Amino acid sequence: MRYLPLTQADRQAMLARIGVRSIDDLYRDVPPKARRDKPVDLPPHQGELEVERAIGAMAAKNLGPSRAPSFLGAGAYRHHVPAAVDHLIQRGEFLTSYTPYQPEVTQGTLEYLFEFQTQVALLTGMEVANASMYDGGTACAEAVMMANRVTRRSKAVLSGGLHPHYAEITRTHAHFLGFRVEQPAPDPEGREDLARLVDGETSCVVVQNPSVFGHLQDLTALAEACHKAGALLIVAITEVVSLGAVEPPGAMGADIVIAEGQALGNALGFGGPYLGLFATREKYVRQMPGRLVGETRDVDGRRGWVLTLSTREQHIRREKATSNICTNSGLCALAFTIHLTLLGEAGFQRLAALNHAAACALADRLAKPPGVSLLTKSFFNEFTVKLPKPAGPAVEALARRGILGGVPASRLWPTEKSLENLLLVAATEVNTAAEMEALASALKEVLA
Amino acid sequence: MNTDPITGTYSGNRGLQIEEPLIFEQGEEGRCGVDLPEPPKVSSRLGGLGRKKPVGLPGLSEPQVVRHYTRLSQKNYAIDMGLYPLGSCTMKHNPRLNEKVVRLPGLGDLHPLQPVSTVQGALELIDTLAHWLKTLTGMPAVAMSPGAGAHGELCGIMAIRAALEHRGDARKRILVPESAHGTNPATAAACGYEVDPIPANAKGRVDLEAFRAKLGPDVAGIMITNPNTCGLFEPDIVEIAEAIHGAGGFFYCDGANFNAIVGRVRPGDLGIDCMHINLHKTFSTPHGGGGPGAGPVVLSEALAPFAPVPWVVHGAAGFDLVERDPKQQSFGRLKGFHGQMGMFVRALAYMMSHGSDGLKQVAEDAVLNANYILASLRDVMSPAFPGTCMHEALFDDHFLKDTGVTTLDFAKALIDEGYHPMTMYFPLVVHGALLVEPTETESKDSLDRFIEVMKGLAQRAKSGDAAHFEAAPKLTPRRRLDETAAARKPVLRWVPGSNSAKAAE
Repeated sequence: MRYLPLTQADRQAMLARIGVRSIDDLYRDVPPKARRDKPVDLPPHQGELEVERAIGAMAAKNLGPSRAPSFLGAGAYRHHVPAAVDHLIQRGEFLTSYTPYQPEVTQGTLEYLFEFQTQVALLTGMEVANASMYDGGTACAEAVMMANRVTRRSKAVLSGGLHPHYAEITRTHAHFLGFRVEQPAPDPEGREDLARLVDGETSCVVVQNPSVFGHLQDLTALAEACHKAGALLIVAITEVVSLGAVEPPGAMGADIVIAEGQALGNALGFGGPYLGLFATREKYVRQMPGRLVGETRDVDGRRGWVLTLSTREQHIRREKATSNICTNSGLCALAFTIHLTLLGEAGFQRLAALNHAAACALADRLAKPPGVSLLTKSFFNEFTVKLPKPAGPAVEALARRGILGGVPASRLWPTEKSLENLLLVAATEVNTAAEMEALASALKEVLA
Repeated sequence: MNTDPITGTYSGNRGLQIEEPLIFEQGEEGRCGVDLPEPPKVSSRLGGLGRKKPVGLPGLSEPQVVRHYTRLSQKNYAIDMGLYPLGSCTMKHNPRLNEKVVRLPGLGDLHPLQPVSTVQGALELIDTLAHWLKTLTGMPAVAMSPGAGAHGELCGIMAIRAALEHRGDARKRILVPESAHGTNPATAAACGYEVDPIPANAKGRVDLEAFRAKLGPDVAGIMITNPNTCGLFEPDIVEIAEAIHGAGGFFYCDGANFNAIVGRVRPGDLGIDCMHINLHKTFSTPHGGGGPGAGPVVLSEALAPFAPVPWVVHGAAGFDLVERDPKQQSFGRLKGFHGQMGMFVRALAYMMSHGSDGLKQVAEDAVLNANYILASLRDVMSPAFPGTCMHEALFDDHFLKDTGVTTLDFAKALIDEGYHPMTMYFPLVVHGALLVEPTETESKDSLDRFIEVMKGLAQRAKSGDAAHFEAAPKLTPRRRLDETAAARKPVLRWVPGSNSAKAAE
């Protein structure tokens, strides 16, 4: 038990100082029927080698992209992460530090979170951003709850092109807090008219750009319609790299922008931990959930940083708090900000251009077989193709050929029969021309 | 930059403690820390929505970036540097084996929406962790997806409300002791409930009579932290469980302090209906400067059907994922994809390293270390409650009476002695609280040194040297910061030409 430093002699000496005979005396308050003297029915301790082997064996049962070309997106994206990112986030002073409540000894965390907030505000075209949330989906639900507070209204309109997980999480909160949610059926070609659903009860419209189908849209008119009716426009972004190439939501009139930040610096990791980005206009800052780092001075007049505006938070306002959130995704935010700092303006725009070029090349290849059509006319690095047969079995057949060929729409909308033949395909800078060729020819075989 | 008024040096540096400007104050246009190939020429399919203006990001080379973050890291205290006695936060050693296994190919690079047939090992890992959590807590079911402790609380209260709604029972109130974490009342409110506080008794426990008086047909449940935030086990826990069940409500247990009882007490034996487990606290996933965490929730038979999706189940051809509950009893989805997988891997590695025998020892050593500190400081500081404690030792500020030294001053002086302060002013039910949690991964030597420092400071306070405490900390990269000014006129980002920019000139 290499993590436990006490020896038997230490334990005896310590019990003597405390003045009890045995450790059991320290568990006196536990009702006798709940005390367990024997270990529970689980395996005994194992050495480092054995644990590494056991977990390695489970890892080996999965088909990862090191063995199979991968074209999956739908809210989680594989990018090349420079080696310096993972090295720096594993420095013990970052990895094993606590929430920066004691600013004098956590200026490192506070300074990078201040930089992170600035970067997120710049990327999204908004005025202020918080220091991150659990993930894009939970950030979406929090944004809707914030819009309800700001407008004192209780109907949210969600686009059918919003990632279904984001919509489901929002609906969960809607059920328990008693606000209404309206959402049209998913429309892969992006022809929905959300402005039609906005009325005097609407607190916000949530629209994803590019949509979950990959479709890119101009949101300026929608923003105007929202503002005219006194509602807020919330824009969701699942692929943050798109902001290197696409006009940011702030420039289209968004009031709140939420995004999934996983794509920069963070591993796919089978779905978590991820990084929720949250940005808004300065006038709403006191209604914003989550942590905030602010600039200040110390007693010597030197510039420094502290957590601020905590009067919104659970540990002061308790049941009146803006949310019950206590943790952010600090380390994921660090990975994000290091990756973006390495890229800089030039690198970020180039990365985005590489992604768009890869997707254009793949779209041309995949739309060739008879019966296959491209549904998204404008897209960033992900698009939807319609197959002549159900996409779920096709993806299974591709996996048997060693290719992870995309996300079938049926995985996200299992009950929508009309979407059964749709396949969501993403390409990033990591996908080679040979991989794209392999997918195109395998798809031809599978569809034959 | 002119000569620094504090250090007197031109650079503002203090020995090897180096001043570090923001990235925005050191970048140059056109510089890049990543070599990316020239993108091939394609005709844009962005639908005319191409970005019109630059983002405004600074350009830094790789060595500049490595230095920047290395220097920032050196301005942080961390468990890797020394004892981190934060009560209720459980800052224990974070083994690097856990970091290694989570990055294995086939785990770190897996996409959450791959075909289920290609992720059997990942689902096996989630299922194995679920088995460990159920066995250690003596509970029949677990919801894996909550992203942190407070998210787990929300999950538990939502499951309670879904179960009550299922039986057509609309109840309105949740009872929450005054000593609860701030997240508990916030969670109940975020789930649409009224919060009704229960006072603590003189012994720092839930006042049983006050609790019974609050019971009624509109009480949905009670949220209790056990061991509680005073570092004490609630001895009436079984009576509380029976009474709340008798009144038709449910029992939520905040498992933030599971660390103290893991392997020795199964919460399921106490009559609880649901409890979240902070994987970072009990099973050593690193805190990372504020997260990510993970907060799986164990559930009783009565609440299990209402757990959020997705569920990992044993199917005909191996493991399967249920992402839509066919019976529609699940309260829905709480988080994207399948939860904090990276934390699951780390926690399981820690559990397997300790095993059933080691985990029992974890609880015993955590409790032993806390009581050793309590017993060693009993004479110079003032324990908040008589007797022994669980895994954290709670003092009030009585020992600082008439010294002119506050709890905050005392904690800040500890920084100059080389320690991160203990938790201060929490729990709220104790005046000027100092909550010390050493955890099980501290050696006796380490505790002895800490005890000597605490004794020395307590004696110094009593000797009338309040000025020393008021001026602390003196040796940190920054001294006490003006939090009021930060909140009054918030500066939340760098803007060219702002105060920040001027300060860097």
